[in-house]
Amino acid sequence: MENDQDNIIREVTQTDYKYGFFTDIDTDNIPYGLNEDIIRLISGKKNEPDWMLEFRLKSYRHWLGMEMPQWAHLKIPEINYQDIIYYSAPKQRIKPGKFEDVDPQLLETFNKLGIPLDEQKLLTGMAVDAVIDSVSVKTTFKKNLAELGIIFCSMGEAIQEHPDLVKKYLGSVVPYRDNYFATLNSAVFTDGSFCYIPKGVRCPMELSTYFRINAANTGQFERTLLIADDESYVSYLEGCTAPMRDEHQLHAAVVELVALNDASIKYSTVQNWYPGDKEGKGGIFNFVTKRGMCKGKNSRISWTQIETGSAITWKYPSCVLRGDNSTGEFYSVAVTNHHQQADTGTKMIHLGKNSKSTIISKGISAGKSNNSYRGLVRVTQNAVNSRNYSQCDSLLLGDKCGAHTFPYIEVANKTSIVEHEATTSKISEDQMFYCNQRGISTEDAIGLIVNGYAKEVLNKLPVEFAVEAQKLLQISLEGSVG
Amino acid sequence: MLKIRNLSASIDGKMILKGINLDVNAGEVHAIMGPNGSGKSTLAAVLTGRNLYEITEGQVTYLGKDLLTMAPEDRARAGIFLGFQYPIEIPGVSMANFMRTAVNEIRKFKGQQPMNASDFMKLIREKIALVEIDTKLINRSVNEGFSGGEKKKNEIFQMAMLEPMLSILDETDSGLDIDALKIVANGVNMLKRPDNASIVITHYQRLLDYIVPDFVHILYDGRIVKSAGKELAVELEAKGYDWIKNHDGDE
Ligand SMILES: Nc1ncnc2c1ncn2[C@@H]1O[C@H](COP(=O)(O)OP(=O)(O)OP(=O)(O)O)[C@@H](O)[C@H]1O
Ligand SMILES: [Mg+2]
Repeated sequence: MENDQDNIIREVTQTDYKYGFFTDIDTDNIPYGLNEDIIRLISGKKNEPDWMLEFRLKSYRHWLGMEMPQWAHLKIPEINYQDIIYYSAPKQRIKPGKFEDVDPQLLETFNKLGIPLDEQKLLTGMAVDAVIDSVSVKTTFKKNLAELGIIFCSMGEAIQEHPDLVKKYLGSVVPYRDNYFATLNSAVFTDGSFCYIPKGVRCPMELSTYFRINAANTGQFERTLLIADDESYVSYLEGCTAPMRDEHQLHAAVVELVALNDASIKYSTVQNWYPGDKEGKGGIFNFVTKRGMCKGKNSRISWTQIETGSAITWKYPSCVLRGDNSTGEFYSVAVTNHHQQADTGTKMIHLGKNSKSTIISKGISAGKSNNSYRGLVRVTQNAVNSRNYSQCDSLLLGDKCGAHTFPYIEVANKTSIVEHEATTSKISEDQMFYCNQRGISTEDAIGLIVNGYAKEVLNKLPVEFAVEAQKLLQISLEGSVG
Repeated sequence: MLKIRNLSASIDGKMILKGINLDVNAGEVHAIMGPNGSGKSTLAAVLTGRNLYEITEGQVTYLGKDLLTMAPEDRARAGIFLGFQYPIEIPGVSMANFMRTAVNEIRKFKGQQPMNASDFMKLIREKIALVEIDTKLINRSVNEGFSGGEKKKNEIFQMAMLEPMLSILDETDSGLDIDALKIVANGVNMLKRPDNASIVITHYQRLLDYIVPDFVHILYDGRIVKSAGKELAVELEAKGYDWIKNHDGDE
């Protein structure tokens, strides 16, 4: 038995993180470290208006007085914020705009990732914004979308071209003082995606952003802002990868969603940052603040996340249900293997009457990893007749890993109903043997069982990604027999 | 097809199989009977590669290969099927998906292409008819919430799907009503071919009225103490195991 496990573990060490390559492109880096001059430098490089620089500086000054949060069930090594490069941009030969202008080496990178940026080749009917290190390289299908009045561009461009929208909504869901990492992001964010869906428009294609960290010692701090105006609908997907490096790299993003009256936003993430090697060396520290505001009546925000990467994940996509009859949903699969740590979950803040929320969280832990669900359901006094249903399941593979559930429930009125269910299960030797006896290898059996376990969440993904996500789950768990 | 020589196995240092010898040829049906705890399920588990047991002695060859060095999934792919005494539940995995994966793994092993969806559905329908199980079970999770009888029939259904060379049925008749028993037996008989074989583990002679064995073996305290034709089962039913105990002592 011991031998079997050893063999399988050996096998895993040989399964490479598929996206671990590094592209040798010329980059425009600024010096290491963080201070007001660096922030001015970043802002200057991006040609930003004064109000943006002010926002950054006020965030930075606030951040100086903050302390790194310690409440998560995570062991976070000391991070030296002066040891990070806060801006790194691939040096483009020509300024981006037209497809032909993008550096061929960059295109090659995205091709390797399976993200063709060539519009002619892009048959999937998906608009892509590609962010490498600190800047957005290319947004596809912009013109087609513009005909519908949809704005889909990089944040940098939005600041230049749509300052009124940015000014109105940036920081309106995640204020610059919100938390340590969000405040840091507000000070140093470099790029990200911006999207606005006008009144009554149903976005006809998946919008997607792929984030890629490439350069060494850089932090990635992207900022995404997505606004769905009255009666509009959008489905948005983000994917992320990074090269394999021995050092940890910091990723601290902020995503803000705003849904106005009768609007609906579906936000899906397939997070596959480099998780570190099997000894726990390297990997991305992923400290993300994602929050959606259901601002209008009958609005809906749905988060779906498949979290398989990163050395440390600290992430709680949340919904503020301000509109009456608004709906918030959170569907999550979080996988940890080897030495990975994840503390993830959601917050559902019920402010509007008859607001509803659903939380389905599926944690899968293997190896020596730790996987925690942390969720808050708060129903305020005015949120009468609200409903929440939470289901948090943990699946353990092996006996060296941990699963933890931290539900926080606060209900301030008598007409609301909050339900919480939690289960913990294990893949048993008997189940493994039963599969083996039918000709199914242990690896495939784990894939089968894990995908069955996560089905409810996988089904929420756009179809094109469900298959990809299934494979990803199986790959992340290779060699983690219980 | 299967040659077991002096096979001994133990668990936690406790000897359970104590030198088993058995030959199974293509086209044969062997019945193994024996009191509770005599080692019948252990023998089935050792043959199919369950790693709980330590093999202390002996060899097993299957189709000319050294069976004991093969991984459990490879034994299955090479045509060994175990109908479990206690079938296992796998929540979240539908029977259809489970069987599709199994069928395709076995096809891959034989160098065949995976089966397409419509052929697969056809195969399922055909085999459902054979063992008369409720079609609804196919869309449910593997064995989850199945009744005792449904679980047993489901084992035969899987055997029908996978068309093994050597099937070992561990008390597939226990817990079945008389109609189900006939269906299961009928299924086994229909799957019988000159090139395959089965080992049927049972406590009851009544199953052997329907599945007629070529040989009956009595396993007692980890040893096969008596082998004969199908009349042995009748004799055993009449005389009980005490008879074997004494008989064993006589020799
Ligand atoms: N995992 C185990 N740990 C300890 N003892 C075991 C284990 N598995 C089997 N045994 C013991 O081995 C002996 C043989 O068990 P086995 O299940 O093979 O019997 P069997 O002949 O199939 O009995 P039954 O007719 O009741 O099914 C029993 O004494 C049993 O308790
Ligand atoms: Mg038994």
